[in-house]
Formats: sequence, structure tokens, C-alpha cells
Amino acid sequence: MNEPIRRLSAVVLLLFFTLMAAGSWVQFVKAKQLGDDPRNVRTLYKQFGSFRGPIIVDGQAIVSSVPIDDPFNYQRTYTDGPLYAAITGYYSIGPGRSGLEASENSLLDGSADALFWTRLGELVAGTQQQGASVELTINAAAQKAAFDALGNRRGAVVAINPRTGAILAMVSTPSYDPATLAVHSSADANRVYQSLLSDQTNPLINRAIGGDTYPPGSTFKLVVAAAALQAGYSPDTLIDAPQELSLPLTTATLKNYGGESCGPTGKITLLEALRISCNTAFAKLAMDLGWPAIESMAANFGWGSGLNIPLGVTPSRLPVSPNQPEVAQSAIGQFDVRATPLQMAMVAAAIANHGVLMKPYLVNKVRDPDLRVIEQTTPEKLSTPMSPDAAAALTVMMQAVVKNGTGTRAQIDGVSVAGKTGTAETGLHTPPHTWFVAFAPAENPTVAVAVLVENGGDIGSEATGGAVAAPIAKAVIEAVLANAAGGN
Amino acid sequence: MATVLAVSVRVGRRSEAVLLVFACAIALGARAFVDANAGGGIGASLGIYSIAVIALAVAAHTVVRLRAPAADPILLPAAFALTGLGLAIIRRIDFAYAARGRVTHFADAQEVWAVVGILGAMLVIGLLKDHRLLRRYTYTAGVLGLVALMLPLVPGVGREVNGARIWISLFGRSLQPGEFAKIAFVIFFAGYLVSNRDTLALAGPKVLGIRLPRPRDLGPLLIVWAAALLVQVAQRDLGASLLFYGLFVAMLYVATQRISWVIVGLALFAAGAVAAGTIFAHVAARYDAWLHALNPSVYNSGKSYQLVQGLFGMASGGLFGTGLGNGSPGLVPFAESDFIVPSLAEELGLTGLMAVLALYLVMVQRALRTAIGVRDGFGKLIAVGLGFSMALQIFVVVGGVTRVIPLTGLTTPFLAYGGSSMIANWIAIALLLRISDLARASATDVPLRGASAPADTARTALASAPGVEENTVEENNVEEGTVPVPDGATDAVAERKAAR
Repeated sequence: MNEPIRRLSAVVLLLFFTLMAAGSWVQFVKAKQLGDDPRNVRTLYKQFGSFRGPIIVDGQAIVSSVPIDDPFNYQRTYTDGPLYAAITGYYSIGPGRSGLEASENSLLDGSADALFWTRLGELVAGTQQQGASVELTINAAAQKAAFDALGNRRGAVVAINPRTGAILAMVSTPSYDPATLAVHSSADANRVYQSLLSDQTNPLINRAIGGDTYPPGSTFKLVVAAAALQAGYSPDTLIDAPQELSLPLTTATLKNYGGESCGPTGKITLLEALRISCNTAFAKLAMDLGWPAIESMAANFGWGSGLNIPLGVTPSRLPVSPNQPEVAQSAIGQFDVRATPLQMAMVAAAIANHGVLMKPYLVNKVRDPDLRVIEQTTPEKLSTPMSPDAAAALTVMMQAVVKNGTGTRAQIDGVSVAGKTGTAETGLHTPPHTWFVAFAPAENPTVAVAVLVENGGDIGSEATGGAVAAPIAKAVIEAVLANAAGGN
Repeated sequence: MATVLAVSVRVGRRSEAVLLVFACAIALGARAFVDANAGGGIGASLGIYSIAVIALAVAAHTVVRLRAPAADPILLPAAFALTGLGLAIIRRIDFAYAARGRVTHFADAQEVWAVVGILGAMLVIGLLKDHRLLRRYTYTAGVLGLVALMLPLVPGVGREVNGARIWISLFGRSLQPGEFAKIAFVIFFAGYLVSNRDTLALAGPKVLGIRLPRPRDLGPLLIVWAAALLVQVAQRDLGASLLFYGLFVAMLYVATQRISWVIVGLALFAAGAVAAGTIFAHVAARYDAWLHALNPSVYNSGKSYQLVQGLFGMASGGLFGTGLGNGSPGLVPFAESDFIVPSLAEELGLTGLMAVLALYLVMVQRALRTAIGVRDGFGKLIAVGLGFSMALQIFVVVGGVTRVIPLTGLTTPFLAYGGSSMIANWIAIALLLRISDLARASATDVPLRGASAPADTARTALASAPGVEENTVEENNVEEGTVPVPDGATDAVAERKAAR
């Protein structure tokens, strides 16, 4: 019987070799393919289960990963989630990533090249891969002020340090809580995501930089004014300001807000035109200057080019070769002119910074898990839209707007605020979008801000930038100035 | 036994002791990793557990040293290591389930079963002085095996769990009598074949070049075998029927030396597999899940969900595994029983899987080596039956989860959760130790059971059934001529073949 037993033992050997080959096939040859299978939740666990670096504002982590006793090991938590959602975005096993969670992902999860040596150290020490911490330029007080001032209205606020381009506040309302998307049940996460998607108020859209752009209304007059000043105009230059401006090539006329007249003589100074936001004067001025002058000024301010702050910014738009009546319409921020709130904040910031536009940025420093700084943003000049003299002249004009013009609601005791209102028509039956762009203190600006409230917020067709948006800008400026005073 | 060489073999008790130390280290190390990584830290329970494991190892070793001093030194430590590793992984699965809100106490129960199994094995070694005693119970074993298999079909006694009616309730515990039936059938096949193999091999008409045995020779065997197969098909216990079928064919082949049986067996198996796939929807579903596991429609229908989850687990383990306690084995349904191999492969990686397979392979080969070493045909067939059934069982289980063959439910010996399997496998180990004691005692220079005899004497004694002399009482109980006659017949067959 020994011979068949020997043969049988050879068969047994063959059976085991087959098993070993099959094991190698599954665990080595096909491992990657099986790991990449979308049905494999382990890949999600691995991806979402590592220690992810925190996002830090003013020294406090607003987003962090805390250990949790479930298969993911870590839970992404959002402190004041809705307040910062427009910046942080979400990190979810359902819809994935957005905001800084997406754009800074490789740093946050530790896979970035900059963290190579850190990873090598972790490999040697046998510790888990750890992500870097991302420190933002956001000023918590300004962010909170902007968010509270907007309330439950649909809108956005962007505040910039004009000297550096550092973004001090970026708010989009209505917001959402990223924590509700960070739950560790993909079914729950997807359910929340679907409800946010179908929400009429579009909470997932970052109104400050992304998706929709808005007609900037009268705030665009700053661009036209800057073009005029660059072309040799001065604040005292008298320009035409008819009660009604009949547009060439058409029978249409262009009127002022409420059909008012800009002055008894039909001629006012440039300063006066901006102070009372005279539509006819700026429409005529634009036609006189010609579209190329305005277009190149707008391009210098950033129109037409995208930005990474490092969130992707939707480029603001200009009409393509408009005819004269279209130029007139465009001059008052209507027709095909579109801008993001960030773009308008950049306009204010460039004027505040003596005509030099700094590149806006959100991330100040990135530190590895050992708190060594591995990336630090240095302020970068983006362009020089105008001369310091032109900027100074425009500053004086904008101060007049707040002092005794359309933007008086932005006045702050003891601080000279420079601003510009905007009220953009959106259609015959919908209330206008209201804008306010400003910077302060006018003589030594530390903050430039743009405020947009969609469709006038809650006061309907009576809404103006001065009534609705200016108080919000004021609140943000006050917060920044108070914070600076307190910080010093 | 013409082929047995009277080489000098060390008794091996010291090797066994050293290997048991390794086995304990594996058991305790694995448990410590599980506690540290998944259980929230090493606690006092590890100390108590360590004492219990070491005490059991010392006890088992002592019993073997006293009652089977020449037994194979590898079988006990290998079984010990696998049991210990299994306990650690089952404990880890308990933690994995707990983390997902499902409270289970598989490890606690399995620890009790392991103790019962090891003590049971010691009892068998202690009480059964010679495996040939079992030959007296050839037909009893056959009937007992059939009764045990049928018990789950009896209303009121049997219970259906997950579609298979293979459990009975006993003292509030579920028991799988089929696990014990496997051993009973090995004894029955061995006893029957060793008595009838000459007539099975040589008498009967020749059809198509294959000599078929006379019905009266094959009859009882065929009846028991067919009945057992039918019962298992009725119970929807696919894995067990596959195992049982293969075991039967292998033992028939070893007993008769006729390769034609294997060919007939494989042909019938192929026909049966195709027929089952056509007739039974649940078998067809298994084939579908096997061939198209990753196909979304098959996966979404749930047919291959478990299999694919197991594959994902193994894939995530990769070469070196996630580490004990750091994977997600709890995602796979039945991670503690049918899918314990993917659980192991996920956390210990391909390396761990290879090591465990190698350990099994060593055990099986030691069983087959024992079969070659022992001189009585009955002992040979039991050792072959126990060894090959273990090999086949592992092939069915691991082959099932790695998509070599369709997935069928079977326990992984010593590793998987289940009391019946644990006890039955330890009893199988006890039988193998008993047989190997006899096989090796005669081939060992060291005198047997305290008797001092020079090597030459021991070797000379070989020829006249050594080791049996001392057990004259038992020898008388064994059917006359058990030892020499079948072996003589084997040699005769071999010689006749050679002469042709």
C-alpha cells in the first residue's frame, strides 16, 4: 500500500501548491486591482483611516482628525463647520472632497512630495503616516463678523489684507456643516449630500469665488474711474452727467437709479459722479474713454484670469467687443460684466495698496507633523493696475462715497473708510444684487473687503448696496481693526 | 513491509518539547498582538491565558511522553500552534464585530472547545493503547457514522443554520455530528477495505480494461458510502460531501492500488458536479458566484458578496498583512468560521497564509509518512484517511475562498470557530499520534516502553510484529492475522504486477 500512499502524498503536495499559487494570485498579483475596486470599502478605510493634518485658523484647529473606535480609526471633525465651510470644504466617504480638503489633500494626508523625508522617518520608526497641518491667513474675528452680518441671506464676503494679498475672511451663505458629510456611513453621507444638492439655496456653492459670478453693478465704476484717472482725468475733472443718456445706435436711454438727476448743470466732477454713483456720467465717460481702456484696466485687476488661492477661482468675465451702448451698460456693471466677490475685493485691495495688486492667498504656512515649516507663502505681486497717484485720487473719491455719498452706512467713528456701493439689476421682477466694496483706514489700509448680498437679501426691490451691503462691510472692517488693535 | 527501511529514528520527545515552546510562543504572541492592537491593550487576562496554554502544552506533552513515547514529534506542536493562532484570530474577530456594535463571544466558547479537544485527544491516547483495537468496531463505526450524519435530519433534534441542516442541539449547544462521522467513516472504510481489498482488487469481471469488483464485495461499502453522500446532499452540505467523496476514492485507491478507481471516481465526480449544477439551483448559484464573482450583477445579487469581500480582505493584506488587529476582517460575513482563512490572510498577509498552509502540509505529510511507516494495513488506511481528509478539507476551504474551486462551507481544521470540528480534529490528531507511536517505535533504536534492547534486537523484532508482543491481550482481541496477512497480500500483489 505504500506506493499509492506516496502517490497520494504527491497529490497532496500538488493540492497545497495550487493553494499557495492561488493565495499569491489574490494577495500579490491581483491585490492592486482588488484594492482599487470601488466596492472595496477597505480602500476607503485606508484612505480615510489615517491621521489627517489639521486646518488651523489663528492658532486654533478648525478642522482636525480625532481617534475614534471604528474601522476608520479617525473622525474628521469641524469646529464651527458652517462658518468655515466655504474655505475648508468637506472630506467625506460619500461625495469625496472639496475646498481646501481637496486642494491641500496631499499635504493633509501626508502623501505630498514635501513630506517625503517625514514619511521616510515614519517608515523607519514604524509609525503611521501623518499629514501636515495647514495654517490659514483667515482672521477668525473677521470671518465670524462677516458670517454673522450676512445672517441667513444668500451672499458672500471676502476680506483681504491689501498689502500682502492674505485673505482675512471668506464667507458664503447659506452654508452647511461639513461634519454632516464626514459621517462614517456612506449611505448617510450621500443622503446629506443629495439633500444639500437639491437645496434651492445652493449651500454647496462657494459664492465668494466659485460657480456663479454676479453683475458687479456700480462697483464696476471703480474700474472705469481707475481707467479715467490713468487716462489723465482728475477727481475734479468735469464730466457729462445728463438726467437721461440716449444711447447711440438705439432708441433706448440710460437713467440713474430712481430716474434722479445727477446735478442741475448736467456736468459734475468725477469725484461727485462716484460719490452719488451717477450712472449717466459713467456711461458717457466709458464711451468717451473707449472700451479698450476699460478692458485693459479690468484685466489688470484680474478679470478674465483664473486664480488658485489655492482654491480654484472662477474667472470674472467682460463682454467681448461691445458696441457703444453695450460699453455704456458695461460701465455701470451691467450687460455682460460679471465678477466674483473676490474679484471686487481685489479691486478694492489694489486701490488701497497704492495701485499694486497682490496675489490673494489662503494658506499661510504648512507644517509637517513635527511642526517644522515646510511651506510658507510669500506675498506676490500680481499686477499694477494704476499709478500711486491715481490710486490716491480714487481713495479720496471712495472716502467721499462713505463720508456723504451712497455708502454712509459704512461709516466708522474715528476711522476713514473708503468704499463704493453697487446695486445690480438682475431682471425685471427680481430684486437687485447689492454690493459694497471698501477698505480702511483710508490713509493706511489694512483691510479691503467686498460684500455681495444676492437679490437684496430680505428687503426686496428697495435694496441698495448702501442699505444692505455697506453695514456688513462695516462689521467686517470693524472686526479686523479691533482685532489688530487688540493684537498689538 | 518491503519498503520500510529500518533506519534509525530519534524518538523525538525532546524535539516535540522544543516545538511546543514555539507553538506556545505563536499562540501567546498572536493573542498579545490582538489584545494590544484591537483589544485596547494587554490586560491581566493574557497572564491567565498564558498559564492555561502552557499548562495544556505541558500536560499534552506529558501524556504523549508516557503513553505514546515514540509518536511523531511534529503533529502535536503543529496542531497546538494552529489552535492557538485560531483562538487569537477568533478573539480578534470578536473585537472587530464589537467595534461595529455586534457583541459576540466566539473566542470564549472556542477556548473551552480547544481545552475539551486537547483533553479529549489526551484521553484517546491514554485509553486507546493500540489503534488496531478499533478494527473490531468496523461496522459499528459505519453505522455510527451514518446515524451521526442523519441526526440533524431528525425533526426536533436537528437545526438548520444558514441553509444547511447539519447541526443538532445538545445541552443547549449546537453540535455538528458530521465532523465526528468523518472519523467514524475513516475507521469503517479502513476496516472494510483492509479485509476485502484483495477480492476488491483481484476478483470480478473486467469491463473496458477495468476490473470491476464483485457486487458482494463492494456492496456494503457502496451502501454506506451512497447513503452518506445522499444524506449530505439532502443537508445541502456541499463541502462535506465533496470531502467525503474524495476521501472514499483516495482510500479505495490506496487499498486496491488501482488507478482505475481514481479515474472512475473522477469521471463520476465530473458527471455529478455537472448534474448537480443543472438540477440544484443552490449549486448553480455557487458555480455562478465562483466563475463570475466580480461581475456586478452577480455581486449585487448577493451570490458572491461573501466571496468577494473575502478577496478584498486578502488583497488588502498583501504580502505582509495589515498586522494582527489592524485589518478589517469583520467586514466579511462569517469571518470567524468559514472565512477565517481570509481573516488570517488579511492581517498576516500572504506570508502568514503560506506559513499556515506549510504547517498544514507538514501535518498531512507526517500523517502520510506515518501511514507508510506503520505495518498494519488498517493503521495505514486510517492514517491515510485522516491525513488526506485534512488535506482535502483545507483544499476545499482555502480553494473556495481563493476561487480555485466553488465556495462550499467547511471548517478549517483547528483554526475555524466550531466545537465539533475542534474536538474531532484533536481526536484525529490523537489517533495519528497513536498510530505513529507504533510505526516509529518499531523503527527506533530506542527501546520501547522502558524495555532495554539493543538496536539490532529491536530491528530484528520488526519482522515479527514488534510492539504488539507486549500487548498480548489486545493482540488477541484483534482479528487474527491482521498485521501480516494484508501486508503479505500487498507484497504479493506487487510481486504479481512485477512479474507480469
